Amino acid sequence: MADIDIRKVEKFYGKNQVVHGVDLNIQDGEFIVILGPSGCGKSTLLRMIAGLEEISNGEISIENTVVNQLEPRERGCAMVFQNYALYPHMTVAQNIGYALKVGGMRKAERMQKVEATAKSLGLDQLLDRKPAQLSGGQRQRVAMGRAIVREPKVFLFDEPLSNLDAKLRVQMRLEIRRLHRTLKATSVFVTHDQVEAMSLADRLVVMNAGRIEQVGTPEEVYHAPASIYVGGFIGSPAMNFLPCGVSDCGTFAVIDNTSFRLPVDPEIGRTIAGQSVIVGLRPEDLKIAPEANDPNLLTVAFDFSEEQGSGRLMHGRLAGRDFVLHSAGRHHPAPGAPCSLAIGAESVHLFDPTTEKRITVAGAKTGQTGTLPAAFQKTSDVTVSGAIQ
Amino acid sequence: MQKRAYFKANWLAYLFIAPQLLIIFVFFYWPASQAMYWAFTLEQPFGGGNQWVGLDNFRAVFSDETYWASIWRSIVFAALSTGLAMSMALVLALFADRQLRGYRFFRVGMIWPYAIAAPAAALAFRFLFNPQSGVFAYLNTLSPGLWNPALSGVDAMTAIIITQAWKQVSYSFIFFLAGLQSIPRSLIEAGSMDGARVMRRMLDLQLPLLAPTIFFLLVINMTDSFTDSFGIVDILTEGGPARATELMVYKIYVDGFQGLDYSGAAAQSLVLMALVILMTFFQFRFIERRVHYT
Repeated sequence: MADIDIRKVEKFYGKNQVVHGVDLNIQDGEFIVILGPSGCGKSTLLRMIAGLEEISNGEISIENTVVNQLEPRERGCAMVFQNYALYPHMTVAQNIGYALKVGGMRKAERMQKVEATAKSLGLDQLLDRKPAQLSGGQRQRVAMGRAIVREPKVFLFDEPLSNLDAKLRVQMRLEIRRLHRTLKATSVFVTHDQVEAMSLADRLVVMNAGRIEQVGTPEEVYHAPASIYVGGFIGSPAMNFLPCGVSDCGTFAVIDNTSFRLPVDPEIGRTIAGQSVIVGLRPEDLKIAPEANDPNLLTVAFDFSEEQGSGRLMHGRLAGRDFVLHSAGRHHPAPGAPCSLAIGAESVHLFDPTTEKRITVAGAKTGQTGTLPAAFQKTSDVTVSGAIQ
Repeated sequence: MQKRAYFKANWLAYLFIAPQLLIIFVFFYWPASQAMYWAFTLEQPFGGGNQWVGLDNFRAVFSDETYWASIWRSIVFAALSTGLAMSMALVLALFADRQLRGYRFFRVGMIWPYAIAAPAAALAFRFLFNPQSGVFAYLNTLSPGLWNPALSGVDAMTAIIITQAWKQVSYSFIFFLAGLQSIPRSLIEAGSMDGARVMRRMLDLQLPLLAPTIFFLLVINMTDSFTDSFGIVDILTEGGPARATELMVYKIYVDGFQGLDYSGAAAQSLVLMALVILMTFFQFRFIERRVHYT
């Protein structure tokens, strides 16, 4: 069982700390995607698993063996690099077979394996070519083949799709997913592309500034972001954030400097009655209400729009901030005309303005704390009593 | 439209390139033309009035056994000093590239020998190689007379090869280090993920990828050891003992300026030039084929 256990792992470059105490448990056969902006420490974490970077503090174990002091070759991981890192002086066959050759496998057996792997990736016609004679997508496949042929316990992917064009990226994404289904090896995939992350992950790890912000299935991360950071990072266009005050009865929140009311799940609202909060609204969760009479309904005038094909992004300003709405379908409000928006309590995300964490009540509808795995609880464990003074 | 600065008056442009042209003319074309002139003529015994003799000078040179011996010596010297310099430089560069402790100092320190003029280096090695008091004198404690470059031709040859190699190491080192650092880090990492250890990665990945650098250094070092070894030989052995270290370039000096046979020396320098050109041509023709450029 190739599960990976990461315990309190830190990484320093000199005095500069880039990974701050990461805890993560990856189960056997799981496809984990680590998502974050550049410089958040995600690649460093991956390279520490691979053995290409020293672990400053903490422990990483693979299959219950602590690997901190093991060489990369002793860890049983295969890695696909961002720039593919193919050996330019070797043919495709030599590239794929190099690990086996180093491992001392006999030539006949090796060639057989290389051919089988190449065939499964559609590379069997290209075995005698050099990497320079291949297209980007083909190089990517060779890099995959080099990883697969060893039948490793763990696959590590370091942004392997970011050098491909958009169409090929979608295609390779599917192929990686299919491959994972057949090989069932534990996989860790690092990317900064949220679409890639959402579509590949069994579980998603969102990192920011060397810390894990949230661990969860793509649905959990999208529907119940654990912090303002995650809410703003996942989803395109980004979530709208509005400072609000929760009413004394706890059933609605009033947007600061306006009279507009937003419904609040009463179960959560009760515990934060009268407090100020940050409300997050996803542009795609907002619907334009048929009539614009109610003064309490959120009303915005959109001044310009971007056509997306599947709908239109409407941009306006609300309470001194930019505000975006995704208007689906083909009928869109006219520019400049005030529109009232209908919002359900389930699409109102509440965040604590000081800790920037999600406000949840254990067992509440929107907060899924109770159903999430242990690692998730650690990062999203913000109960109302503790967070709000 | 790109706007270019240009000078209307051509004389200013000529003025700017004149110093460079002058240097090239005075130190290259003029001596070369003189060598050509001398190589095909012979001066009268008491000076003045050179007489055209065609290929007589070359015939004389090639019928001289000592000249053939000096060609053979030069080839041995070039091959061994180049081999020694390049292999040492490669090992040092591999270590400097691995960023072991203190590599920053060595990276700079290793380049200094290149700044030392050949005669100065040779003078320093003259002390090291001294059979009575030099560092090499310790060899004589093993067996008396084991090391004496003043008496043994092999020892003298060894001494100039070591000195030439030492001088060339730094040059090769710079290029090897640059070559190693231009290999993407991820390739080496991919190698270690594939299970190759340091030595294996060196042989399978770094050396093949260094092939263009190795080839370049081979050409440069060979040429240099044929043409630029005069200072070392002159200070260290003066061609002795018994001509054992009389390389082609040193024989030109001895015949020309000590034997005062300008015509013979001029013919020899043309032969040396032709040899170096021929060698470089063969290196490009046969070795470069095996080089993989990425």
